[in-house]
Amino acid sequence: MMSSPDPLPKETRAPVTWRGMILGVRKISVVLPGIIVFAVAFGAAAAAKGLSLLETVMMSAIVYAGVAQLVAMELWRPEWTWGAIAGLAAVTATVNARMVLQGASLQPWFARFPRALNALHLFFFTDANWLVGTRYHAEGGRDLGVLIGGGLLLWVVWVLATVPGYLLGSLVSDPRRYGIDLVMPIFFAAMIVPLWRGRRAARPWLVAGIVALVTAKLVDGYAFIIVGALSGAVAGAFLDDAA
Amino acid sequence: MTLPDLAGWGAWAAIAAMAIATYLCRISGVVLMGFIPLTPHVRRGLAALPGSIVVATVLPLVERLGLAAALALLAAVGSMVLRRSELLALVVGMAVVSLARAFGL
Repeated sequence: MMSSPDPLPKETRAPVTWRGMILGVRKISVVLPGIIVFAVAFGAAAAAKGLSLLETVMMSAIVYAGVAQLVAMELWRPEWTWGAIAGLAAVTATVNARMVLQGASLQPWFARFPRALNALHLFFFTDANWLVGTRYHAEGGRDLGVLIGGGLLLWVVWVLATVPGYLLGSLVSDPRRYGIDLVMPIFFAAMIVPLWRGRRAARPWLVAGIVALVTAKLVDGYAFIIVGALSGAVAGAFLDDAA
Repeated sequence: MTLPDLAGWGAWAAIAAMAIATYLCRISGVVLMGFIPLTPHVRRGLAALPGSIVVATVLPLVERLGLAAALALLAAVGSMVLRRSELLALVVGMAVVSLARAFGL
């Protein structure tokens, strides 16, 4: 992998190129094995919960959020009321709230592109895309093709891999056994290294970590991500007032 | 106001509701930041945000997933320091967690 980052481009116009899309495909390919097993596990869980194959594949295709889909399988029921659907939507939004912050952190990059293009490529925005995009952007890259290419590939693989999971059922219903539950945490942890800008810049992260740990102890679910990360951002905004 | 009867297509309504909720999460951060002026404070807050998201996601997960997970993440970070390859970090991390769990950690 290239280690010398390009200098910041002078022009404000940002490109979308085929080269970028191929680069995005290469960068995202690292997470594919983990995503495949995750999708298979979701397919198996959906089959066990009595969803039809079409419902399962459509959920992967239009919801396209692994953790939220697995959590939804815990809450799935044979009969639905409007209240239960509203509850499911609320849980989904909580699990995915981290995407709000992830999108916000990359907005200065996206702002250079047409609104319709952003509305389209953001449909394919995931944790893995955010990690790849954040590192690429931090190294000076501005080609949106990297996110689009990687995002499309990941989506296709996710949707396709749901099918064998549904058909094979319980073979891989326990992702823990193969350490697959750790794929995304490992990627998140590994990101610390390219993001590292010295101890001073890491002080907000410490705040984020402590607040997240405390929140996780007090509140069930995934609220700790957004509470911790927001605390880190606020700390970053005001801690370095002298710098 | 009466809502239409859900008989027969409740699952589809549930899937659609999840899809809408998820898409709103995906776009709302970008849309909101379009209305917030990039003052120096906001800029520094945004600069601290990626690392904060990473740490706030990982630390509580480590706490929940246990010692084997902690060892695996440390090994992955170490691997990244030595060789900047996400693939290698993933292989090292998965190897460590498999070993650690095999030894009952």
